[in-house]
Amino acid sequence: MDTLYGWMMYILSLLTVGGIYAIMGLGLNLQWGITGLFNIGVAGFFAVGGYASAIATTKLSPNHLGGFDLPFFAGIIFSMFFSGLMAAIIGKICLRLRGDYLAIATIGLAEILRLILKNEVWLTNGPRGIPGIPRPFENLGQPWAEICYLLIILIILAIIYYGFEKAINSPWGRIMKAIRENEEAASSTGKNVENLRLETFIIGSVFMGLGGALLTHSMKYIGPTASDPLITTFLLWVMLIVGGSGNNKGAILGAFIIWTVWSASELLSGILSYEWINRLSYFRIFIIGFILQVILQNRPQGLIPEKT
Amino acid sequence: MIDFINLYFLPGLVLGSIYALGAMGVSLLFGILRFAHFAHGDLMSFGAYIALSMVGIFHVSPFFAIPASIVGSSLLAILIDKICYKPFRKSQTVVLVISSLGVSLMLRSLIQLTWGVSLEVYEVGVIKDPITFGGNFRISENHIIIILGTLSLIYLTHIFLAKTKLGKAMRAMSDDQDLALITGINTERAIQATWIVGGSLAAVAGVFLGSDTQLNPRMGWDQLLPLFASAILGGIGRPYGAIAGAMVIGIAEEISSFPFFGTEPLLSPAYKTGVAFFIMVIMLIVRPTGLFKGRSF
Repeated sequence: MDTLYGWMMYILSLLTVGGIYAIMGLGLNLQWGITGLFNIGVAGFFAVGGYASAIATTKLSPNHLGGFDLPFFAGIIFSMFFSGLMAAIIGKICLRLRGDYLAIATIGLAEILRLILKNEVWLTNGPRGIPGIPRPFENLGQPWAEICYLLIILIILAIIYYGFEKAINSPWGRIMKAIRENEEAASSTGKNVENLRLETFIIGSVFMGLGGALLTHSMKYIGPTASDPLITTFLLWVMLIVGGSGNNKGAILGAFIIWTVWSASELLSGILSYEWINRLSYFRIFIIGFILQVILQNRPQGLIPEKT
Repeated sequence: MIDFINLYFLPGLVLGSIYALGAMGVSLLFGILRFAHFAHGDLMSFGAYIALSMVGIFHVSPFFAIPASIVGSSLLAILIDKICYKPFRKSQTVVLVISSLGVSLMLRSLIQLTWGVSLEVYEVGVIKDPITFGGNFRISENHIIIILGTLSLIYLTHIFLAKTKLGKAMRAMSDDQDLALITGINTERAIQATWIVGGSLAAVAGVFLGSDTQLNPRMGWDQLLPLFASAILGGIGRPYGAIAGAMVIGIAEEISSFPFFGTEPLLSPAYKTGVAFFIMVIMLIVRPTGLFKGRSF
């Protein structure tokens, strides 16, 4: 019975984090899959969202800015606002750059943001991070708190999926794809390509910030060591490529599959010795990299290809 | 003033030398294979760790282990190219960038698995007195080796690019890929040569970096931004420009924490990497072809 309960909790957390990655995956799909913006600074927006919500919802603390003790709902609004604001500023500067350059610029910005969050102690409590972040329904106790939180995630995911499907199949979505395929042709139809690119960059980044906030509330803690930003970014990219970029269903499917593979190594921890658990945690990034190579070389369109 | 030279300018020159070795490779690869090689920093780490093993086995100075690092990193670079980049020669460059980002993380995880994750140093507890010139101008033996080593490698690379057939083929490919192909240049061989040159320079840069500070699996990745910044500043596909770019970036990073006004550092040393990035972004916006008229995509 205990093992069964343990498994249930494990699957709950798997679905929760998978769902959060799926939300961010939809954002990345809008940027890369639909519009062709090569953003590998995902972790930057993720972190801004996480910290914004953490500062907004925690109790007043002398260790960092705030907290403002606002409800969860206000926290995620703040996270979306600030990640969107950052995307607007970065997009204004960087979106004129193409391909590789945009990649270098976005990853550079994410690295600098990481430095700021680590070093500006007044804002983020530096390396110690912010603990005690509230999660909605947590007073229901296990397992109902976890189930309710998963439901919140799934409802948000469903709403975003529905909205994105509508948007992508609208004239707006078609012009975005046109920009991806041939920017000059798209701009010759009289569309303001620059503004449209900025729009998708902001909207996509807003959902990466939302993902950061949702994960922060789920873990109840955020700090510079909570996750390696590069790995967050890389995982999200692999999810999108494996699932099928350009297709929202693919983005969601990829998120759940890759997150399952990623966290499956935790299941082995009961079997292996301490030394090997430690090593395995480094090896799993190798496995994800290997999956990426296999998909890129054999099925570049992903598991669910884009509808044409 | 002498503090400025000893503690800020000279370390900047040393850092610039290390960046120059890496950035030349990045610039060559960018010119010939047309993509930003995100795993270049990790080739540096790999070279540094090979030297660590050599130091451990033979108890020699890390500088004597450089040949082994060069062979190791070059072979690895060729192998990676065969497995992970060659299938995408005809794809969009973005695919290559994603692939190289994956390779970067895979390399790091291999380093973590093989050599562990703790900080390592080549020589424990050896603190050599710096050599003093003219009373108060001081420079450590390591720094002299790094600067002279970099100068000789730049010279060797220059001879290779300017005088040998393979080097000329590489430059031709960088200038015009299609033209190079129809003039009968064996492009795959030139690409292989590029990996050997890039991998070797990266290996030496890694050993230099490790001997100047310490080794950890992230060491190469942390240099990637300055490397790209140097290559872009110098003009993509212009290896000599990359050297100038690297010197500017290395010196700017170090002197940014000099207390120019009052006693506080101008910029907290924690934000050093930010300097490279700031210069790069300004450059990309104002003059994307770099100082020496490189390519712009």
